[in-house]
Amino acid sequence: MLGVYSAVAGGAFRRYSTYRAATVAGAVTNTVFGGILASTMLALWHARPGLGGYDARQAVTYIWISQALLVTVAVWGGGFQDDVQARFRSGDIAIDLYRPVDFQGWWLASDVGRAAFQLVTRGAVPMAVGALAFDLTLPRQPLVWAEFLLAVALGLLVSFGLRFLVSLTGFWLHDAEGVRAAMMVVSMFFSGTLLPLALFPGLLGELARVLPFSAMVQLPADVLLQRRTGQSLLNLYAFQLAWAAVLLAAGRAVQALAVRKVVVQGG
Amino acid sequence: MAVIEVEDVRRSFTVRTGNGRWRREKREVRAVDGLTFQVEEGECVGYIGPNGAGKSTTVKMLTGILVPSGGRLRVAGVDPAARRAALARRIGVVFGQRTTLWWDLPLRDSYELARRIYRIPDARYRANLDRCVELLDLGALLDTPVRQLSLGQRMRGDLAAALLHDPSVLYLDEPTIGLDVISRTKVREFLRETNRDRRTTVLLTTHDLTDIEQLCGRVMVIDHGRLVLDGPLEQLHAAGESERTLVVDLAAAHPPIELPGVRTVKVEGPRQWLAFPARQSAAPLVAAVAERYPLVDLSVREPAIEDVIARIYAGAAEPAR
Repeated sequence: MLGVYSAVAGGAFRRYSTYRAATVAGAVTNTVFGGILASTMLALWHARPGLGGYDARQAVTYIWISQALLVTVAVWGGGFQDDVQARFRSGDIAIDLYRPVDFQGWWLASDVGRAAFQLVTRGAVPMAVGALAFDLTLPRQPLVWAEFLLAVALGLLVSFGLRFLVSLTGFWLHDAEGVRAAMMVVSMFFSGTLLPLALFPGLLGELARVLPFSAMVQLPADVLLQRRTGQSLLNLYAFQLAWAAVLLAAGRAVQALAVRKVVVQGG
Repeated sequence: MAVIEVEDVRRSFTVRTGNGRWRREKREVRAVDGLTFQVEEGECVGYIGPNGAGKSTTVKMLTGILVPSGGRLRVAGVDPAARRAALARRIGVVFGQRTTLWWDLPLRDSYELARRIYRIPDARYRANLDRCVELLDLGALLDTPVRQLSLGQRMRGDLAAALLHDPSVLYLDEPTIGLDVISRTKVREFLRETNRDRRTTVLLTTHDLTDIEQLCGRVMVIDHGRLVLDGPLEQLHAAGESERTLVVDLAAAHPPIELPGVRTVKVEGPRQWLAFPARQSAAPLVAAVAERYPLVDLSVREPAIEDVIARIYAGAAEPAR
């Protein structure tokens, strides 16, 4: 059965790779925005050195990591969500139900394939340009990079779990776009895409640390910046895993409800 | 052995209609209302009816993606809604207006995926794919992304995808919709061969009556959620009270021919069109005409199936409830 899901992931990877112009345009966008944000951060840290416990080099590095992850873990939503949305509109969603394949598993596999492609094109490429243009603090030890990739993978699971729940609302609302737009704002803010969460004051900071969104950008960035090592790193993985488990389980439960609704009430 | 058993199956939907600004009225619509039929293994059955008659609802229930509100349903011996995943391995479904193919990738990738979804053994997969590629002329298309295929090519691609796992039952919903003559013929030939050689049971929903005439030995007509006719194609004509037409050419223009049991439908110079009941033999009529009029030439026209169906729909329009 695993064969199906690896084929779906492989297919998704190749699918994204067929759109070369979109890929190039996307990589350029991430690079340009990385440059703008990094310059802004440099100015900010020049005025307030050591803000949030980051020095200026770390802050600039943080921005480039966040640009590399933005599309890879789909902080703004997207990926399989676009496909599911199109299938709601066309009614093809009915076809998905009579296939002997798990709906959630299918889309997770597809999202993993997409993320793998975008990690290279929209992650590694902008990061490499950033490293040439700015003075970044990146680790030399391969182990840290491996730890980082594990955190990214777990962050993707959390992101998928959230986006899958958003997409499932389409079974009731016929169109998940509104929910998705609201989620995009929340997600961008609480994931640490714009600013490290350490800069959020008081209650807001506390909230940001317990919500699942930090698993997407803030936590992987901290791993690469080696701010989380040893026991602290294990706690970070545990936090990501726990959220991934909760969200994926919730996705399964809601999926069962959705299928029941379609099958019993008629879509 | 009956592959599809449908016994007094019902399905109703609750429809809410906006009524003023706040109030909403609930109304129950009976899409399928006491349907009973059986389809034997290896049969090819045409399932026709006007839009909204309950055809798609029936097919959805037979695939298990919709639960009946009442009655009993068995496909290949299993209850579709209760065992949807198990059933999916034994049925193939093609919706003419939907596709199961992978839009951005070559056709071949979709088949490779089907192989894994249905866990088709390698040898069987290759044999089935080769057969489909040959009969449906897909060879040159295997490496083309699906989004670049024409409608006819895509349809053929979808047909192949639905048959790679050797389903014992195939549901087809408008498989020739929007196709040109050549693609239509190819699709029909393929379906005929599949039905004949593989003993695949086929349930064909269509508005194209040529599909039915060329493929199906049996027709079921549904209207308002009930079967109004179920039998061989010839029975359709009887039920439709259809008429044949005798076209006669006389030596010269004549006033309309008058004979018992015959309506003269049209007169055009020396040519006249005479309608008579389809069940009645043409011979005595021809003799009667020849005896009384200067007959030069004649031909008999069979009733068009479209007209027959239209008459059945019209007759069933207001069923007694």
